[in-house]
Parts: sequence; structure tokens; C-alpha cells
Amino acid sequence: MDFVTGLRCRECARPYPAEALHVCDYCFGPLEVAYDYEALRSSVTREQVAAGPQTIWRYAPLLPVSDPEPIDLGTGCTPLVRADRLAAELGLGELWVKNDTANPTGSFKDRVVSVALTKARQLGFKVAACASTGNLANSVAAHAARAGMVSVVFIPRDLEVAKVVTTAVYGGHVVAVEGTYDDVNRLCAELTSELPSWAFVNVNVRTYYAEGSKTLAFEVAEQLGWEAPDHVIVPVGSGSQLTKVAKGFAELHAVGLLDEEPHVRVSGAQAAGCSPVATAFAEGTDAIRPVKPHTIAKSLAIGNPADGWYALETVRRSGGAFAAVTDDEILDGIRLLARTEGIFAETAGGVTIATLAKLAAQGVVRRDERVVAYVTGHGLKTVEALVDTAGPTATIAPTLEAFHEAIAIDATAPGPRP
Amino acid sequence: MSVTVRVPAQLRTLTGGASQATVDGSTVGEVLKALDGAHPGFGDRLFDEGGSLRRFVNVFLADEDVRFLEGLDTPVADGQTLSIVPAVAGG
Repeated sequence: MDFVTGLRCRECARPYPAEALHVCDYCFGPLEVAYDYEALRSSVTREQVAAGPQTIWRYAPLLPVSDPEPIDLGTGCTPLVRADRLAAELGLGELWVKNDTANPTGSFKDRVVSVALTKARQLGFKVAACASTGNLANSVAAHAARAGMVSVVFIPRDLEVAKVVTTAVYGGHVVAVEGTYDDVNRLCAELTSELPSWAFVNVNVRTYYAEGSKTLAFEVAEQLGWEAPDHVIVPVGSGSQLTKVAKGFAELHAVGLLDEEPHVRVSGAQAAGCSPVATAFAEGTDAIRPVKPHTIAKSLAIGNPADGWYALETVRRSGGAFAAVTDDEILDGIRLLARTEGIFAETAGGVTIATLAKLAAQGVVRRDERVVAYVTGHGLKTVEALVDTAGPTATIAPTLEAFHEAIAIDATAPGPRP
Repeated sequence: MSVTVRVPAQLRTLTGGASQATVDGSTVGEVLKALDGAHPGFGDRLFDEGGSLRRFVNVFLADEDVRFLEGLDTPVADGQTLSIVPAVAGG
């Protein structure tokens, strides 16, 4: 059984049935899944969670769809890694990295897609579609293949080659659109009205899809022994993930899985080349002005973020902050995480680590806090960003002499440093 | 200026189910006002009490967000298409 009581407009609170609806007919506000928290409180226990599968579905009662056999590739329960070497470089104390590159298609999107398509199948949809900056396309194509659904994914034409290949290989339709992600998104939002029999995971099924990101909070709390961290750093594209991470920690307390009310400071990470939410935060305004993105962090290149306002509100209310980081800082962030912790992140992960470094230097992220940085996509997806700066440190003839000569050179500089 | 307005599913109860409507106006604001005249109810749904577009409504002229143009004052040309699109999508 599930504990969903329906959908509700986040702005005007009008109720809706739990169908493929994503915005309020009246005010266009986003719809949210409403749960029966009282019933959850008396029926969900830590022991039940622990006895569940090693996937996001161990938290099924807190997800918006109930299905004994969800569409699942083995998503979730990704490593939470204690990052002492990175912490030492940044002057921090207890630092953890949530390594969500370890999901089946290499990003956190598997969490939201597993939830969205399981619900879509339950609602009778046969076609899985999405507007994507790449990671979502990967995940929708893979999950649709596993479920035997038709997939049609829409991506901006200038996407990284790895993200195109790792989507197309699953055999679905891949439509490259001549425009930015915001153009792709607008097109899909309009298509949703014309093709009501298609499940656009981040449009008409978005209400359910977004809930999958709560598992990023659930897992961290469980991995910390059912405690919440003091401060989390979350990358911001649309703002949905950040908002849902905050909601996840709050829900754990609401249903009794966390004893104490969590007070998690939530900070947002954006690329300077696409920072509408960080800019509004810096300017102290509520108005988020859309921008035309120019950044190597293409998975965050959303100039017109759907949940930007909510991400801003969440960060402000929690006592967190935003930072925006340049392309060079992003690359430094990728290399810093790789050489200190052995984790290779995509450009969006570089945004997270660079933001962490910036906020630590500013004293916003503090040494006395237990900090979790969310690294949500694998570096192999965006290798183009590093091809000019990461290569062999020596190229030698296959002889002992050449080897010793190269080592003699290397001995003065052990390993490349940014 | 005669302009075609594409109407999202959420607002088609106001147009008798039609996916588009054709109205006159010389700016985006005038077109939307004319739309409300032809199909009463659009004004309430699109604008807040202060007369600004609601936070979660996006309007595109020839597929460009009017916030990158001149907003409601953006001039429209004969035969152009204006799209009303719910903002909550994507990501």
C-alpha cells in the first residue's frame, strides 16, 4: 500500500487526485504529493527500512508509488564516503561525500526516473519521454529499455558526446534539438499538452519524479546512523533536487525515523555561467531573472529554473548560502576531489566541490559542522572538459633507460597538481 | 495585428477545448488582454493582483521568452505566435 492522499498545489493548496498532473489548473503552481504522515508514523520503522532492498525502494512508504516490482536497475544505497583528505585541504572537520556517481547510469537521475516510470506504468503510460541535459536522457532510456517501454528523449544538440552515446545505446528515440536546454524544456512543456498519452517524466509526471530526490536525504541520514548532517551542499539546476533533499530530512523526523528535529543548513552550488538562483540570493531579491547559459556544467545549464524560487527559499530559511563558480574553478573542483578522495565527478560535481571550497574559505561552511557534499554525476560523462589538462604525465619509449629518465623527471613533482 | 496564441491543456476549458486562439493586439500585453476579452477567465489565470504575469506562467513570442524581450510591452507582428506555457517543468 502507499500512503499518498492525493496531490496539492504548493501555492494555493487546491487538492488534486494522484494522476499525471504537475501544475495547478488555477494558478500554475507546482503540485506536491501529499502523504498521510500520521499513518506513516505508526507503521514505518528503522528495522523495516534496514530489512528492505539495497536500493531506493527500501524507503518505499515515503515514495509516491507502491509497486512490488518497481522499474529498478539497482539504484541508490550509493557510498557515503568520509572525506578526510579533502577536508584537510579545505580546512574543514567532519566532511562526507555522497558519491551518487555510483548509480546504474552514473547519476542521481536514476532515483527520480525509477520513481517516475514506476508511477507512469501504474497510470497506464507506454511511452517514456523527457527534456534532458543528458543525465536524465541516459536514465530514461535505460529504465524504459528495462521496462519494455518506448522512450523518446529530447536533448540540446550541443551535448557532451558521452551523454549522447550512453543514451542512444539503449535503442530509444533521441531527439537533438537546435537550441538550449530551456528551448528543449519549452518544447516538451508544449508537447505535453499535445501528447497526453506520453509520460514526460519531468513535465506531466514531475510531481512523482521529483520525490525520488528525497532518497538522497534518506540514505545520508541512515548512513550516518539515523542522524542528520549539519550542512549539505547541493548542486542547483532546476532547484528541484535541493528542495527535495531538504524535504527528505524533514520527512524523516515527521515519520519518526529521526528522533530529533533536523536543522540542516542547505547551501546551493551553481556555475557562474548559469547562476540565476545564486544571483538572486546574492542580490537579496525574490525575483529570479532567467539567463542564457554559458558553462561547461551542462547538466546544470538551466537558465529558467522551475524550482529556483523554492530552492532560494529553502536555502534562506535553513541559514545556508549560494555560491557561483567559474569554469576554471569547476575543473579545479573535479581535480581536487579526484586527487584527494579517488572520486571522478562530472562537471556538476566540480561545481559542488568548488562551491564547498568557496563557502569554506568564506567561513560559511564551518569546521565544527558535519558536512555532506552531494556529488551526483560521473566524470566519464563529461571527459571533454578535461581532455586538454588530463593526459599521460610521461610518454616514453618501451626501454628501461627511457623509464628511468622519465622517473628522474617525475621525482621532483610526484603526480600532477592543479 | 492578428496573433495566434497557443493555449496549454490547463487553460483549454476557457477556449472550449481549442488548443489555440487568434486575437488582435500590438503588444504581448494587448494580445493577452484581447484573449481575456474573447475567452473570459484568462486574465485571472495569467495575472496576479498587481497586473504582472503570475510567477509560474511563462509566455513565449515566436519561441523566445518575453522576459528576454520587453515583457508585456514586447511589440508583436502580424502572424506571429504567442505561447502560454506553465513554468513548472524540467530539471
